[in-house]
Amino acid sequence: MTTDLTTRLGKIVGSRFVSGEAEERYLYSMDPGTMPAAAPDAVVMPANTDEVQLIVQLANELKVPIVPMGAGLVLSGLTRALKGGIIVDMKRMNHIIEVNPISRYAVVEGGASQGMLKAYLKKHYPQLKHSMPDAPPIATMAGNVCIHGSGHLSVLGGSHSDMLTGMEVVLPFGEVIKTGSCSVSGKWFGRSPLPDLSGLFVGWAGTTGIVTKLGIKLFPNYKHNDVLIFVAEDADLMPEIISQLTSTQVAEGMTPWMSPKPAWAKGFLHINIAYGAHTKKELTFKRNLLQASVREHIDRKIAGFLPLPPPQKGRFLQIPSPDLARFADLRKGGGFEYVGAMMAIEHFPEAYRTGLEIAEKFNVAYSLGARIIGAGHCMMFFFAYAFNRADAEDVKRASDALEATNAAALKIGGIPWKAEQPAQQQIIDKMDSGTFSLMNRIRSVLDPNQVMNPGNWEI
Amino acid sequence: MNCETIDCLMKCQYLSFADIAEAREEKLKINDGKDSRVLEQCLTCYACQEYCPYDNNPFYLLVERQEEKGILPAPKPIIEEQLRMMAPKGRITKQAVSGPVVDMCAFPMLTGCVRGKLFEGASTIVGMDVFCNIMWLHFAKNSTIRQRVPQMIDNIMSFYLADSGTNELVCFHDECYGTYTSVADAYGVEVPFKPIHQFDYINQRLNDLADAVKPINAKIVYQRPCSNRLVPRTDQVLDEIFEKIRAQRVPRKYDRENALCCGGVPRAHQRDELADELVEKNIKDMLSVGATYCVFNCPFCMATLGQEVAEQGLMPILVSDLVQIALGE
Ligand SMILES: Cc1cc2nc3c(=O)[nH]c(=O)nc-3n(C[C@H](O)[C@H](O)[C@H](O)COP(=O)(O)OP(=O)(O)OC[C@H]3O[C@@H](n4cnc5c(N)ncnc54)[C@H](O)[C@@H]3O)c2cc1C
Ligand code: SF4
Ligand code: SF4
Repeated sequence: MTTDLTTRLGKIVGSRFVSGEAEERYLYSMDPGTMPAAAPDAVVMPANTDEVQLIVQLANELKVPIVPMGAGLVLSGLTRALKGGIIVDMKRMNHIIEVNPISRYAVVEGGASQGMLKAYLKKHYPQLKHSMPDAPPIATMAGNVCIHGSGHLSVLGGSHSDMLTGMEVVLPFGEVIKTGSCSVSGKWFGRSPLPDLSGLFVGWAGTTGIVTKLGIKLFPNYKHNDVLIFVAEDADLMPEIISQLTSTQVAEGMTPWMSPKPAWAKGFLHINIAYGAHTKKELTFKRNLLQASVREHIDRKIAGFLPLPPPQKGRFLQIPSPDLARFADLRKGGGFEYVGAMMAIEHFPEAYRTGLEIAEKFNVAYSLGARIIGAGHCMMFFFAYAFNRADAEDVKRASDALEATNAAALKIGGIPWKAEQPAQQQIIDKMDSGTFSLMNRIRSVLDPNQVMNPGNWEI
Repeated sequence: MNCETIDCLMKCQYLSFADIAEAREEKLKINDGKDSRVLEQCLTCYACQEYCPYDNNPFYLLVERQEEKGILPAPKPIIEEQLRMMAPKGRITKQAVSGPVVDMCAFPMLTGCVRGKLFEGASTIVGMDVFCNIMWLHFAKNSTIRQRVPQMIDNIMSFYLADSGTNELVCFHDECYGTYTSVADAYGVEVPFKPIHQFDYINQRLNDLADAVKPINAKIVYQRPCSNRLVPRTDQVLDEIFEKIRAQRVPRKYDRENALCCGGVPRAHQRDELADELVEKNIKDMLSVGATYCVFNCPFCMATLGQEVAEQGLMPILVSDLVQIALGE
């Protein structure tokens, strides 16, 4: 079957861009996370929407599963071929199609990477920027939006799916559709005022279609940028502090972090607050607003801003931030995974204590932190564990810790983000039955042959 | 109290007193261990150490009182975290050094400054295990100074100087020299080596290298650091250095006894708006006299002000680097 499949795929994309060889099947069978390998029968790299459409039609004809994949960096194994089939690697569809500098959006192809858009804007539209996740820059815009990712402008603009302005999607049965304003006007300015069909494709772990184009909001790129680091000792204060800082509506991004390394940081709760301005005067004004918002804690001497001379700020202003990637390498051997759980801000203290308890119980190298989404509307709290992939015991420890963390996050009232297959099960168990039933009905309408990334969001 | 002038408080640039009587009252409160607004409002600029005509160590006493009373100049987590950051690491190993041995304190990024004819044959020592720890004066932590300074001295001796054949330690930074002279004296800490201030060392070297000097022939402004208040004699040595390399230290309002804080410490004290004001005053003052270089001896002042100074068209530079230029290096 593999030979027949690869031959047929080769006819669509050209033989250079398809493989059923053991090497590729092995490489594409896993990601850097803890999920066990699951190999595809073939890997294909389409160049355009027409080719994606033909691949999907072929999959339906042969009743073979298809798994859409960007950079495969999701870490929770969502691009593994759980039931075999074809991995559709989107990286060749990497064009930046349009930038609208007035209405501030970009339209990119389904495989365009974060790094590419950043470089393109820097060169052609230096007055604009987009919100970058801290993932390696090869991570794709589509892959990130599809998992409700978040990034360095998430206080300003919400999660990356909130920044989505529309999509072109190849549905599981092969039709090409559009969502958002581009379906009516040709402009990709937003998702309103239409029925919001984009929601059919975000958060679904690639089970409802393949995104071939998407529009994403852009933001002003400031000439002057600064970062403040607020330090506290009492986790119970954090919700109030976060709420106060975000109430100024000045920060672009806010990332609390709590880590035992470096040793001086252990036990302290930090919040990096990034903000920018067109002029120095405006920057100072914004800084004063941020500082005033938490003055009561400073005056009580229980929390304050870490003094950072200007030359030391550079590393905290790097986008993407290298810190998580550095932590990922802590145990060497290329293993890294984190449970990110979306939750309400008031759960911060409980999430923090839970993370510490689990790390201690499972004896894993940990880093805890969060990304604040919106003006303090919620957060993605992460529990990151580094492990050595070559050391089975280490992998098992991290994997057990992750499972325990998922359960704990759900118990707290959070929801595991970009949940790996077992965590999806845990979520479904807690989910309103009407919601899950509607998800299933939607999928059976969109995907009668059940070819799209099967094994995910299923009981 | 017999002092007639109460210079320590009357000359303070950051606190004002209606008259000598009020300053005396506050000073008496400090002496007697009572509450005084000075303990709360002090910027920890070290200047009163210099202002006192009788060498009575008013600033050290002030810090002592702050700590006794639990008055924190900065929020507790900020102090605690920095205490850990700057703690001895115990990673020191014996290293053969030979004179001149230059103490670079906690600034490994500056070891490159020790080069060329000026520092010919020099060895450097650097790191948290030889950190002078004087910075705790800014954070009401005399106890840390008492605890860590002897340990640092012991490290310097046993890991470096004891087997080196030299008993002299050239202090690159005012702070180290201030620690091993003024602070050690006042706190009763024994210093078994002879600290040499960088300025004394450079001044002496310039005598030896007189023929190699190419005059700078430029106007400079100097940002005098807080720690130089502990060793004011050396400010005159600096004048001799500038004279020898023909750099004209242009008089400005905020130099010498009237030097103004660079703004770094007030930020740690969460007084950013005051820090902004200090930066602005310093820079306006520097620009008003039309200099080419803004010379620093304190790396922290340079980190705090350097970027802003450069943006305003002055070249920020360390004393030793300016001398290197004069030596054609
Ligand atoms: C060090 C590190 C730091 C990270 N930091 C962040 C961060 O700050 N914020 C953040 O959000 N994430 C972060 N991540 C997680 C992840 O890498 C990113 O979210 C990344 O953007 C995912 O993109 P991808 O291209 O790798 O997606 P993939 O892993 O390829 O795919 C993700 C999901 O989307 C689906 N998918 C991919 N492309 C398409 C498409 N065209 N159409 C339909 N479905 C598709 C896949 O099937 C899968 O379910 C980090 C990861 C690492 C390793
Ligand atoms: S240290 Fe400076 S601010 Fe504090 S009292 Fe002395 S002179 Fe005034
Ligand atoms: S410390 Fe010095 S200046 Fe201050 S009151 Fe005493 S003697 Fe006078």
